[in-house]
Amino acid sequence: MQLGVIKIENDKKFQIKELILKKNVKKESRSSILSLRKINWRPYAMVIALAVIAIFFQINTNGIFLRARNFSILMRQMSIIGIITLGMALLIISGNFDLAAGSTVALAGGVAAVMQVWYGWNTLSSVLIGVLVGGLLGTWQGFWVAYRKIPSFIVTLGGLTMFRGIYLVITKGITITPLTKSFTFFAQGFVPKNLGMALAIFSCLVYTVLVIQGTASKKNYGIKPDSVIIMICKIVLVSGIIILTVIMMNYYLGIPIPVIIMLVIALLLNFISIKTVFGRNLYAIGGNIEAARFSGINIKKTIMIMFVIMGALCALSGILLTGRLDGATASAGTMFELDAIAACVIGGTSLKGGKGSISMAIIGALVMASLDNGMSLMNISSYAQYIIKGLVLILAVWFDVAAGQKNE
Amino acid sequence: MDEEDIVTKYILEVKDLTKEFPGVIALDNVSLHVKLGEIHAVIGENGAGKSTLMKILSGVYPYGTYKGRVIIDGSERHFRNVRESEEAGVAIIYQELALANNLSIAENIYLGTSKGSKYGIINWDQKNHEASEWIRYVGLEEQPSTIVMDLGVGKQQLVEIAKALSKKAKILILDEPTAALTENEVEHLANILRDLKKKGITSIFISHKIQEVLKISDTVTVIRDGKTINTLSNYELNEKGIISMMVGRDFSHRFPERKYQKTDQLIMEVKNWKLAKPKSLDKYVFKDINFKLYRGEILGITGLMGAGRTELVNSLFGVYGGETSGEIYVCGQKVMIKTPEDAIRRGIGLLTEDRKRFGLNLSGSIRSNISLASIAKFSKYGYINENKEIRECEKYVDSLKIKMTSLDNLITKLSGGNQQKVILARWLMVNPTILLVDEPTRGIDVGAKYEIYILMDALLKNGIGIVMVTSELPEALSMSDRVLIMREGRLVKEFDNNNLTEEIIMKYATGSD
Repeated sequence: MQLGVIKIENDKKFQIKELILKKNVKKESRSSILSLRKINWRPYAMVIALAVIAIFFQINTNGIFLRARNFSILMRQMSIIGIITLGMALLIISGNFDLAAGSTVALAGGVAAVMQVWYGWNTLSSVLIGVLVGGLLGTWQGFWVAYRKIPSFIVTLGGLTMFRGIYLVITKGITITPLTKSFTFFAQGFVPKNLGMALAIFSCLVYTVLVIQGTASKKNYGIKPDSVIIMICKIVLVSGIIILTVIMMNYYLGIPIPVIIMLVIALLLNFISIKTVFGRNLYAIGGNIEAARFSGINIKKTIMIMFVIMGALCALSGILLTGRLDGATASAGTMFELDAIAACVIGGTSLKGGKGSISMAIIGALVMASLDNGMSLMNISSYAQYIIKGLVLILAVWFDVAAGQKNE
Repeated sequence: MDEEDIVTKYILEVKDLTKEFPGVIALDNVSLHVKLGEIHAVIGENGAGKSTLMKILSGVYPYGTYKGRVIIDGSERHFRNVRESEEAGVAIIYQELALANNLSIAENIYLGTSKGSKYGIINWDQKNHEASEWIRYVGLEEQPSTIVMDLGVGKQQLVEIAKALSKKAKILILDEPTAALTENEVEHLANILRDLKKKGITSIFISHKIQEVLKISDTVTVIRDGKTINTLSNYELNEKGIISMMVGRDFSHRFPERKYQKTDQLIMEVKNWKLAKPKSLDKYVFKDINFKLYRGEILGITGLMGAGRTELVNSLFGVYGGETSGEIYVCGQKVMIKTPEDAIRRGIGLLTEDRKRFGLNLSGSIRSNISLASIAKFSKYGYINENKEIRECEKYVDSLKIKMTSLDNLITKLSGGNQQKVILARWLMVNPTILLVDEPTRGIDVGAKYEIYILMDALLKNGIGIVMVTSELPEALSMSDRVLIMREGRLVKEFDNNNLTEEIIMKYATGSD
């Protein structure tokens, strides 16, 4: 249909329309003033919270917390659960859960280790089989959720015990070790300092090009782009963060490889969630599954793919964990799913679905990792740490709820 | 109570009420004077401030968040919460009923009160006995133990009223009480309100439906743009006057004249279409449905609630539970439609009846809601060209005159009428040949309705055929080329829309032909 043709015909007899328009103009001028005041506060609040946590630990650990060595360790600790958190965020946005994430970590990482240690497979094949196992476990769960309409809570609760059970049946509970150097390198290695810095500079350049390109494209479509000042601010800020982080990492041994892997996945999933049809459909399904259905979205397929992605990400996390521990253990990955869900929620992902973002989820993961790391540095017992982390989770959500009510 | 008293005594007075939200003045010096024992209607377009007013009266917006005075029974009240307003005798019955569906009538009536229990243990015999009195009081004949889920919407509403009365409510506020009711149920509700009036209970009811307001109420207060426009009593009331006050200008017609007329070009034909209920193939939701749709026409389908109209259009769109049989032809070609995807591919769009449940993604932006069904159009290898998407959305925002500040605002910031236009935009974006619209103007105000009608007419020019399911007979009569009447799952009559009247339609719809 031609768009221009749907013009509302002006009918002299019925002038009501103009009246409505006039009224509208008034409303609009009012609310444009309003929009300035209604900045999305959440990202800023998260960054501030993170800064407060960092300062708190910095003081209470006599300056160890922000030292290069600890920063590197913190980021590496974070990366393993961080990868799961990223997938979990998308899954929750689509209105689902994965309580079996930790067990998938164990089983997929375990299979990779078994292949290498028992059957002498090389690292690449072992890693690939591990990821494949993760994908299959995701397929299994996706099938029941998407095609058999079993709530994901139930399906993945089943997976939680089943997958670990399978792992224990295979390994009989013994630790599978030792792995080859190349396997552990993925989890324990570092990017050479020069290469790291080169990568950082390269990323800054790519980002700059993308910003400029985006502006040009907007102009092409006649959409008002950001002002030059905002563009420059964006580029300076992002480049600054990248370079500073790498400098800090290079003070120690360089960028840990798992951190690079996590960041690549974060960028990829962020892109998928914002710029692709698949990502858009995840939000639509989580926001209102009925509306999505009536709009012709293939819900089953979308949910299925999401679970497969989640399974593969868990597997990757499992492989890194196995590599870091230099072996697969019976308790590997226990409670990972809960940490991941907590990180998502702290990052503002709505458990009802339809709301959330990758970037905030990763900040949520950083908050959780900082708490873990900082409290350990302060010699707080791991038992007490459980209590504090639980409290933080509740307080974070309460903060959200309270702020939401105020906004109304 | 003698006549004199009723005239002079105000049970509820609202004086110079002003309520601001950041940047928006929702209520601007609103005053309302409700006499003891009257039925007082508050009428206004969506967004006029009715709900805000009610939320202040019920304590949802506590004292201190607004300016002005609320006086009940002669003394000023400062409600801090809903409980306090309930204690003062104000009860609100919301459009979306707040009943626990899986509990019994009696349980619902006493939900939230500790009455009838001792040390936390409930004396069910006593409760059921008391409940049954309230149930009869509102004209219900059900047992107190009847589960609320098994009642129709009309009866559920009466349960709500019974619940309010059991809490010693003196002022009943009903928010759009007739939105989901059939005409008979509306009549029954009106009778109940009149009965309550005799017992000294004051009712305030909020509505857009002018005719019902005229029928039921003693006094009408018109609100527009957060201001009280006028309060009229019984003998001053007439439809045109109220409408002109609501929209601020006199307009003699609620419907535009149709500009584009039906052609002879067949675009859809439905033959022996039947939907069997799941697991019981001999029972059907509808059957023997045969109709044709021509390019450039609006085909109205009307009938009572439960006649199978929504199920029919949903099934044509590939959404149904059960087993369909029969044939659908689109532009001469036989088609199989199993999912909405199939339907969209064949050029069929469906504007669903329940906007919130089936249409909107309430956590999404305006943009994502508009482009929801046609996102593939802006994508290559799954990558969305957002700029193209924004451009295209902007075109529809302009042509449909959707009032908004930014495409990236949440959809919830729009009024009902604008939300409906967003969904209309969604379906126009997929370039349909056939547009199925189910109650296209339900729950939106007079002005927005008028705009939707003009839009529908304008669409016909582009060669679209529209199937319009509607319960509002004036809408069916004013907008359709032909009217189909459904009753109990069958098409009982087809009319060319000449000299057709509401009476004739009702005769066939109710089966009194």
